[in-house]
Amino acid sequence: MDDVLLLMEGIDKSFPGVDALKKCRFELKAGEVHALVGENGAGKSTLMKVVAGVYSKDAGRIFYKGKEVHIPNPRAAQRLGISMVHQELNLMRHLTAAQNIFIGREPVRGARILLDENALNDKAQKIIDMLHLKLNPRSKVADMSVAKQQMVEIAKALSFDSDVLILDEPTAALAQVEIVELFRIIRQLRDKGVGIIYISHRLEELKQISDRITVMRDGLYVDTVSTQGVEIDQIIKMMVGRVIYESSPEIPENPSQEIVLEVKNLNRGNEIRNVSFNLKRGEILGFAGLVGAGRTEVARAVFGADSFDSGEIIVKGKKVKIKGPSDAVNHDIGYLSEDRKQYGLCLGLDVETNIALVIISKLTGFLGWIKNIKVREIVKGIVNKLSIKTPSLNQKVKNLSGGNQQKLVVGKWLAKDTGILLFDEPTRGIDVGAKSEIYHLLNNLVRQGKSIIMISSELPEILRMSHRVVVMCEGRVTGELDYGEATQESIMQLATLRNNGNLSNN
Amino acid sequence: MIIKTETITREKKARSDTIQRLMAFGALLLIFISFSFASPYFFTFRNVIGILISTAVNGLLAIGVTFIIITGGIDLSVGTVMTLSAVMTGVFITYWNLPVPLGVMAGILTGSTAGFFNGIMVSKFKLPPFVATLGMLNVARGFSLVISKLSPIYFDLDKSVSSIAMGSILGKIIPGFEIPNAVLIMFGSAIIASLILSKTILGRYTYAIGSNEKAVQLSGVNIVFWKTAIYAVAGIFIGIAGVVIAARLNSAQPSLGLGYELEAIAAAVIGGTSLSGGEGTILGTIIGAFIISTLTNGLRILSVPQEWQIVITGFIIIFAVYLDVLRRGKQS
Repeated sequence: MDDVLLLMEGIDKSFPGVDALKKCRFELKAGEVHALVGENGAGKSTLMKVVAGVYSKDAGRIFYKGKEVHIPNPRAAQRLGISMVHQELNLMRHLTAAQNIFIGREPVRGARILLDENALNDKAQKIIDMLHLKLNPRSKVADMSVAKQQMVEIAKALSFDSDVLILDEPTAALAQVEIVELFRIIRQLRDKGVGIIYISHRLEELKQISDRITVMRDGLYVDTVSTQGVEIDQIIKMMVGRVIYESSPEIPENPSQEIVLEVKNLNRGNEIRNVSFNLKRGEILGFAGLVGAGRTEVARAVFGADSFDSGEIIVKGKKVKIKGPSDAVNHDIGYLSEDRKQYGLCLGLDVETNIALVIISKLTGFLGWIKNIKVREIVKGIVNKLSIKTPSLNQKVKNLSGGNQQKLVVGKWLAKDTGILLFDEPTRGIDVGAKSEIYHLLNNLVRQGKSIIMISSELPEILRMSHRVVVMCEGRVTGELDYGEATQESIMQLATLRNNGNLSNN
Repeated sequence: MIIKTETITREKKARSDTIQRLMAFGALLLIFISFSFASPYFFTFRNVIGILISTAVNGLLAIGVTFIIITGGIDLSVGTVMTLSAVMTGVFITYWNLPVPLGVMAGILTGSTAGFFNGIMVSKFKLPPFVATLGMLNVARGFSLVISKLSPIYFDLDKSVSSIAMGSILGKIIPGFEIPNAVLIMFGSAIIASLILSKTILGRYTYAIGSNEKAVQLSGVNIVFWKTAIYAVAGIFIGIAGVVIAARLNSAQPSLGLGYELEAIAAAVIGGTSLSGGEGTILGTIIGAFIISTLTNGLRILSVPQEWQIVITGFIIIFAVYLDVLRRGKQS
């Protein structure tokens, strides 16, 4: 086993409120491409950020080339020869490719303070040539396509003469041609003996590029298998094979056939491609897909928070123009952001004020005087109805738990009596108990005739709640499943379906 | 097909960036020509020298503040730190009767030290630059008043401190070409600052930090060290401004300084330095400083009342910041 480059054992890492990694292990050999897969939030990126020195581990040991090492910061990782290309590109857009590649290691002359720009560009050119990239070291990153920017990141990672290269979702923003190019580079490096860790959601890529696959789930190590002897279906089973929601699904009685919201051929650049769907009265329509599939983008476009290039939005049979959120609200549409702290609530204000904000415009008298007694009455009603646990209506919202904060956001839209609600990750970051309360709440809402679109990255949640499931991948709708047909496996298949899934696309 | 249109829009964007950079210079030229037509007194050797001199102090402050703004920060303390530098020069030369060069050094060092502390607060203790330098504004202002015991420190005439700014080395070399030293100091400083930004590691990190600080940190660069260094280097130019203003007034005026910071920031922004960091040039900043002082000068010659001059300058600043917003909007 002398060709084991990197070995991680018993790695623990927790963030406030979450155990992100629990006794994780990972092994990488020289000259292999080792894929790391798992659902959103399984801990893949976290584990790799521990190796790359971005996070420090709480417990566990890391061995590198046979010796135990400590990696307190990114620089230490780079010195060892471990480089990571992060999912969110970490480039300085005002600088050139060469300047980005060698940031922190600029060639110097004259008393070690003057930059040697020519040497810098030459060195960059050498790396670019070695990888056969089509890249001008002198061009500014801001003027490059995302694919080229990715190449800059990879060139940068390799400029450290790395023995371990970690690629976090490198193909997320790339087109097919560019992916082929990336795979060529990866194979070339592998043949030189570099160990490559490849994090990806795109399971069909694994067969093409990886030698071994490690599966993670909920912060736990599941298994490592050889790519040759395994089917993608088995990998999917390992990724989702858990039983968190033991209770049976709570699908309420059938919705009516009346369509309250219809979206036709919605388009915006590469993010939203020809998206069509409809929502019936009293229905929960689940939106499944991986992070970055374009679900939030669609919701925000429908709500008017972002613009779109083309497409129609039809509310209750009438074609409407939605130019901004206020238009959407006037057409009875509400949007509950996945980031409730940033977009949903005024954390520093109290419970009453937060709910009151949406209704006071209707409850003011002469000169904008607020009818406080009436406001308080309505707020009390909502707090009771949603059983929001708060010591008083004057409690500051930041002191409430995540679940109660989420209920409060729902309460705001209830106060306005909105009929179409777009929920974006309604249970993100709240504990299991609070989750089931939110589920009850959603079910009650649809029973009252409201219609809900629920975006969720948690498959069990989608399966438990939705009448129908729309699955998205790369900005396209790749399938629509009825309650009976939807399973974790069928959704995962559709969610990882690249360009060949939708006839309407190219 | 798609790739082609993409490159075309990028080329277009790159071109519009250059246009924007040229715009400040064009504006300066336009202002100059308009005033020349409006008044026969404007485009005279004496008046142009006057404009140059009145740009010197603000130009130096603006050079310093440009470094900070490129990192994505802001420095509100440059005006009062300049005053403290002037006061320290006065203390050395007048109170302690030390040689003039030592006084000059003391002034420059004071500016750099204040910058150093600003840098520590911002980088090590993670204070927002706005708040940290607002604090420094008051600390420097208070120290100036305490040290000088609230009264101006005058320099002995025979020590000829005044000639540091108002003498003319150039006039001695080329008779008749009496450009005051203050102007040379500003242009010299501008050239040095420009070289620092474009040719040294410190300059590279200044742009890099302003562009994406997290990325720089992930690349293993010691942000605390370099940010502090950038603030300290910027402080040198503030110190020089202190010496120049002391020499021009032949005294250190402890109550001076408030309001200078805004004019310096305005010069940088008019010159194309982005308040969101990552871009800006010293040349632009100097042009920005000239736009402000040329306007003030021209309006005065046209006998526009001073209160109206202030109003007009205000509108120019708002317009310049609006251009910055437009530029940022285009990027995202």
